[in-house]
Amino acid sequence: MSYHQADYDLRLIHEMKGRTDFTLPPVEDGEIPEQLLRTTLDIPNLEENEVVRHYTNLSQMNFGVDNGFYPLGSCTMKYNPKYADVLASLPTVTDVHPAQDEDGVQGSLRLMYELERALAAIAGMDAVSLQPAAGAHGEFTGMLIVKAYHDSMGEERTEVIVPDSAHGTNPASAAMAGFDVIEIPSSPEGRVDLKALEAAVSNRTAALMLTNPNTLGIFEQDILKIAETVHGVGGLLYYDGANLNAVMGRTNPGIMDFDIMHFNLHKTFATPHGGGGPGAGPVAVKAFLEPFLPSPRIVMEDGSYRLVESPQSIGKVRSFHGNFAVLVRAYAYILRCGSDGLKAASERAVLNSNYLLKRLAPAYDMPFGELRKHEFVVSAKRLKEEKGITALDISKRLLDHGTMAPTIYFPSLVEEALMIEPTETESMETLDRFAEAMLFVAKEDVSVVKEAPHNTSVRRVDEVRAAKDLVLSYLRLKRRLKEGLAGMKADGDAKQCSFCATLIGTEKR
Amino acid sequence: MLSKLGIDSVEELFSDIPVSVRTDGVPIPPGMSEMEVIREVTSMLSANITAYDHPCFMGGGVYHRFIPSAVKAIISRSEFVTSYTPYQAEISQGMLQALFEYQSYVAELTGMEAVNSSNYDAATALGEAATMCHRVNGRRKFLIPQLISCDKRGVLRNYVKGVGMEIVDYAYDPSTGEADMDDLKEKIDGDVGGVYVEVPNFLGVMDRHAAEMKEVIGDALLVVGVDPISLGLLKAPGDYGADIVIGEGQSLGSPMNFGGPLLGLFGCRQELVRKMPGRVIGMTKDAEGKRAFCMTLQTREQHIRRSKATSNICTNEALMAVAAAAYLAIVGRDGLRAVAKSNMANARKLRDALSSVKGVECPVLDAPFFNELPARLPIKPEKMSKVLLRKGIIGGIPLIKHVPEMGDCMLFAATEMTTDNDIERLVEAMEVVV
Repeated sequence: MSYHQADYDLRLIHEMKGRTDFTLPPVEDGEIPEQLLRTTLDIPNLEENEVVRHYTNLSQMNFGVDNGFYPLGSCTMKYNPKYADVLASLPTVTDVHPAQDEDGVQGSLRLMYELERALAAIAGMDAVSLQPAAGAHGEFTGMLIVKAYHDSMGEERTEVIVPDSAHGTNPASAAMAGFDVIEIPSSPEGRVDLKALEAAVSNRTAALMLTNPNTLGIFEQDILKIAETVHGVGGLLYYDGANLNAVMGRTNPGIMDFDIMHFNLHKTFATPHGGGGPGAGPVAVKAFLEPFLPSPRIVMEDGSYRLVESPQSIGKVRSFHGNFAVLVRAYAYILRCGSDGLKAASERAVLNSNYLLKRLAPAYDMPFGELRKHEFVVSAKRLKEEKGITALDISKRLLDHGTMAPTIYFPSLVEEALMIEPTETESMETLDRFAEAMLFVAKEDVSVVKEAPHNTSVRRVDEVRAAKDLVLSYLRLKRRLKEGLAGMKADGDAKQCSFCATLIGTEKR
Repeated sequence: MLSKLGIDSVEELFSDIPVSVRTDGVPIPPGMSEMEVIREVTSMLSANITAYDHPCFMGGGVYHRFIPSAVKAIISRSEFVTSYTPYQAEISQGMLQALFEYQSYVAELTGMEAVNSSNYDAATALGEAATMCHRVNGRRKFLIPQLISCDKRGVLRNYVKGVGMEIVDYAYDPSTGEADMDDLKEKIDGDVGGVYVEVPNFLGVMDRHAAEMKEVIGDALLVVGVDPISLGLLKAPGDYGADIVIGEGQSLGSPMNFGGPLLGLFGCRQELVRKMPGRVIGMTKDAEGKRAFCMTLQTREQHIRRSKATSNICTNEALMAVAAAAYLAIVGRDGLRAVAKSNMANARKLRDALSSVKGVECPVLDAPFFNELPARLPIKPEKMSKVLLRKGIIGGIPLIKHVPEMGDCMLFAATEMTTDNDIERLVEAMEVVV
């Protein structure tokens, strides 16, 4: 194992001191109302050189797709092409104000208009809004559309159905929009249980939220029957686009009879995820729902692009037009791939997934049969029973191999779940190396695995402590030190205070 | 790979898709070379008029600001850019510490000890703040200033739909643009869960009443909206009783990006943290007792609590949060104060220049202002926008959509980027029109 992550034992930036290099032309002081006048501002002045080193060192204590394999299930961590970043850095992207008059932003509006059309074509849907900032935000938007639609029909529908294998955002988004969430169990084959669905639907059903393939990587073959069941009682069908990377060119949400969906541009369309965001979660609908899409919409009239409001629109879900810099990247990716490239991407994603699944079979159990789409879930239940090694242990040990770990303990219907999504941009060699690492971990000395990771910046992190003794900011730490330093020492646990040592020095200074 | 799988063609891997839902490819044009893509997109976008090479007086929450070159260098590190949410703490300490530092900077600026690692933007942060008030005290009214951007108002309305909260406006004093405290007091009752105030407010006014608001709103929560640059000079809202602070963080090292990505600031008092939306990074230690960071309080979040989560937010604006930390680290205390002072000074120059234009009324409000202010124009502000644009100037925001009773006004902003020459050009262009 040759991977060793950098470990700089860095101070917090708030614990550093220096003087700032930053200057602006001098100006006269203005007057601040005394009620609002600030008297203290405890942030350090630092040399730019020190700041750049600090964050460069921190970056080396982080792990992205550019560092290595990233098989995080349901996150579609494919390679992020660099041309997209170059384009997103153009001043024609960065230095445009969102409230500018339409005449001055024809380039932006045209790109968005074209992107909407491309996304609609890819998904087999009729109309798109690019406003939502993330996948979950798209779901929330979709749920508001569901509500607006039923309201317009004079119906009060209160329930949204989600399978137990759904992404956590689905029930959370439905609840946020005010719906009661009905969770239905999966069938023994890991699919939607049609009987359970039939029992759950009623004239209270506003929508069913579904991803296809589902989070187990299994294609819901009964999708048209599912659609019929939901539509039969007057409900709508919502497609969670998180798993769209499995099926481009082979099928689409439109032909599967979905009414509303969101895309995750930071998954399927290769925009970088930035350590948690930004993303973009455009929403697409069938024509009958178009009037409800967020405002404003972009229309083309006589070769120029205009922003218009629709009277039935749900209104705004975010300031302005969406995460434009992300939209530019996704549009560039779609142009680069084209029809052939997108289809090939899904093919290769599914091939890679099935290949890796096959390679892991000797040591890991695969519930629910063999054929998978872009991702799959294996269970470490056997290893847990035989050696006491959990999915968590395995994930930590994989980090020592210089690879990101799979998503763990999701979906919850699989015990000791490891959810793996290799994506299309990985070579066979990379997949083999990862498979060997997973097989190696299964055979390794138990204590080595249980104490992993060994080669990362820090050893296993105490997450329980973080929640118990909650410190979310340096300000909190400073105040707590002032108030409770004595109390902490009384605990007799000198180590408990060890991370405060540097801070105490800072306090004195 | 096919042979290892024992199949002849990739088609077999899609055999589980029923014929009835199969499609024949994606109906878009074939792919292009990278060179062609760059050419195509660059050319398409060249139709934009940018603040890069034109004077810009537009604000309203998003500002054309100077971004130190090192900020871009830091957030271009691909270890940050191409990483996912730091679920595996041990291999993600870099991102986790950077986000903790971001939370710490926002905590220092706002006086809130608990800060999350970002919302999408200020408008969605406001929406989440309102529903958080409801979670804290179960009440169903949320009071907002009548002077507020229509974008925020619209987003807020959508965010509170689910819990069925009612949004009620409190009036402003038309001579100053500050809160009408009598009206606010009248609207306070046992149903009010939270009261929102912005400092500076939508028209740029540093509302002096904000500092005394906590005293008149009973036990409703005080939610304060901030411009983080102004906090270089303005008191931390935590020091005048804020329970929740939200704001737009784009000013801290992120470009305008035609409105996205932005950065929703969100913080609250420590006691309320379990009701707070969004991802938070906590400090802890590793197995060897070394300081470490990890995501914490995940039991509030959607992937654990599902329909009972405090929010559905998952993907946020983490990279913009790192940009904010890097920005504040580079400018430091003195630099942040310098930026804030520069904004105020340039806005004063802008005021003086606008007041000299015949037919233009400026200032409209008799109150201290930060970096923007409305001016009353003798022609329709929407028309003025187009005229200015033709002269290569990005004018202010016409107020008609936001504050209908000030439909003849335009909201002008100055930042540290605004030069004397920019202001001269604006005045010359306006003089010709009016």
